[in-house]
Amino acid sequence: MSRLFLRSPEAVAGTIILALLVAMALAAPWLFPRDPLAIAGPAMLPPFQDWTIPLGTDRLGRDVLSGLFHGARTSLAVGLAAAATSIVVGVLVGTIAGFAGGWVDEVLMRVTDAFQTVPGFLLALAFVSVAGPSLGVVVVAIALGAWTQPARITRAEVLSIRERDYVAGARVIGMHPAEIAFREVLPNALPPVLALSSVIVAAAVLTEAALSFLGLGDPNRVTWGGMIAEGRAVLRSAPFLSIVPGIALVLTVLGVYLVGEGAVEASAVKRGNA
Amino acid sequence: MSVIVEGKNIVRDYHVPGGLLKKARTVHAVKGVSFSVEKGKTLAIVGESGCGKSTLARIITLIDSATAGDLIIEGQKVDIAKAPLTAEMRRKVQIIFQNPYGSLNPRQKIGDVLAEPLKINTDMPASERNDRAMAMLKKVGLGPEHFNRYPHMFSGGQRQRIAIARALMLNPSLLVLDEPVSALDLSVQAQVLNLLADLQDEFDLTYIFISHDLSVVRYIADEVMVMYYGEAVEYGTREAVFSNPQHDYTKTLFAATPRADVDSIRARIAAKKAAA
Ligand SMILES: Nc1ncnc2c1ncn2[C@@H]1O[C@H](COP(=O)(O)OP(=O)(O)OP(=O)(O)O)[C@@H](O)[C@H]1O
Ligand SMILES: [Mg+2]
Repeated sequence: MSRLFLRSPEAVAGTIILALLVAMALAAPWLFPRDPLAIAGPAMLPPFQDWTIPLGTDRLGRDVLSGLFHGARTSLAVGLAAAATSIVVGVLVGTIAGFAGGWVDEVLMRVTDAFQTVPGFLLALAFVSVAGPSLGVVVVAIALGAWTQPARITRAEVLSIRERDYVAGARVIGMHPAEIAFREVLPNALPPVLALSSVIVAAAVLTEAALSFLGLGDPNRVTWGGMIAEGRAVLRSAPFLSIVPGIALVLTVLGVYLVGEGAVEASAVKRGNA
Repeated sequence: MSVIVEGKNIVRDYHVPGGLLKKARTVHAVKGVSFSVEKGKTLAIVGESGCGKSTLARIITLIDSATAGDLIIEGQKVDIAKAPLTAEMRRKVQIIFQNPYGSLNPRQKIGDVLAEPLKINTDMPASERNDRAMAMLKKVGLGPEHFNRYPHMFSGGQRQRIAIARALMLNPSLLVLDEPVSALDLSVQAQVLNLLADLQDEFDLTYIFISHDLSVVRYIADEVMVMYYGEAVEYGTREAVFSNPQHDYTKTLFAATPRADVDSIRARIAAKKAAA
């Protein structure tokens, strides 16, 4: 599986990008132990002038490179946490709906519909405005709009798997319905949902950036979206302030996406061979 | 002789919900079927595709409930729609499915597949469960080296042996076999049928054996029931049904089937081998 995975050039490129980002995120507190929000030098220092501040400073004299590293932490943490939350919630809802059927299914799917008709970003905006910007709230806000897709896919899978003979067989040996749902049905329903996870992570990273851009991110943390917004005021005189975090954001989303594609492809090849 | 299982006028309707363009309708899958099987005997149920055999099998094995009628197992009336099943009743009836590729969870090792019924229904310690699973594995012709493998590593015939082993773990008195060999090669069919016959003698098992292959039925059945569109159109001992079929459908069924008991299966295999 891993050999298949590394055979595709996209997957290798994606893996390298993500590895770099993770390394950045992990190394941030050691390479830049100072608060990234503290003033590091003269304001609006262009890049490559002072080698202690290689990428220069923003309007308030904060170190851009330090912000980039610490921002990677926030982006990845929020992206992964939000994606994990939405997948767990979605899979739970989908499994219960598909397995229980009847009115339980009806109610859960109507709720899913309701969430799906509101654009995810509006939902996140509304939630953060009400609950106040903090890291946890941002995670929940993003998950609020993202859990419906995994829920739908899981339910569709469960509907087909619950008719399999081994599920009936589990009933005949007296297994509890909840145990059948989560031990016999769910593990076999997971692969297509996991294939979707890279898209969900990428979308979550972008949503986080968009929220921060609008000033709804956690004010005590550096985020790439926040840096882009900060640079926007001086876009003409110092475009690098927006461009640098913008590139980081694009690369992150690209990396996540490529890795996801590679994984899906590798598992498809593997299944084709089996 | 004691009666193990008895069905009285069992009816099963499926309500198929309508859509935008279709009207909701009711499928009468089983229309009042009665039967009774004595201990150690085999009742074969024959009939064409869609006549309600599997539906009846799922009712007898207490997977689905009947719309009407009584099911009596070892003298006790059972209705899963009314009262939850006792573990005691659960373990009396087990089922083998037709498709050996769909009846085992692909993510479960064979050892766990076999030990699971004991884990759920008894408070036996793990070591004893594994010992019993291992013993049962040997009984159905597999070895200890198979214990830690996953289902995809086995052939169809081996999987069916695993399914049989699992069904026997709880010491059932009644085994419902829903076309257990129809997905297998002829030579493997004969092996599995022999295994089933041996196990029946050893454990004094009662079988309800569903098939659409008359040669298999002739080999294994004591009594035969022929189903046609949800009804039992013929029901009697094997000799009576085969020598003197009453219903028109049974007559055409017999006329359409090439004679093929286990001897002629062997002959056909021999012929194939000679030709190859
Ligand atoms: N869950 C269901 N919902 C609606 N109709 C069903 C359902 N299950 C079975 N039926 C219908 O009931 C009838 C009997 O089906 P059943 O599976 O019992 O046939 P069978 O005799 O086992 O056929 P086969 O030999 O192909 O296995 C068929 O017409 C089938 O379409
Ligand atoms: Mg059937």
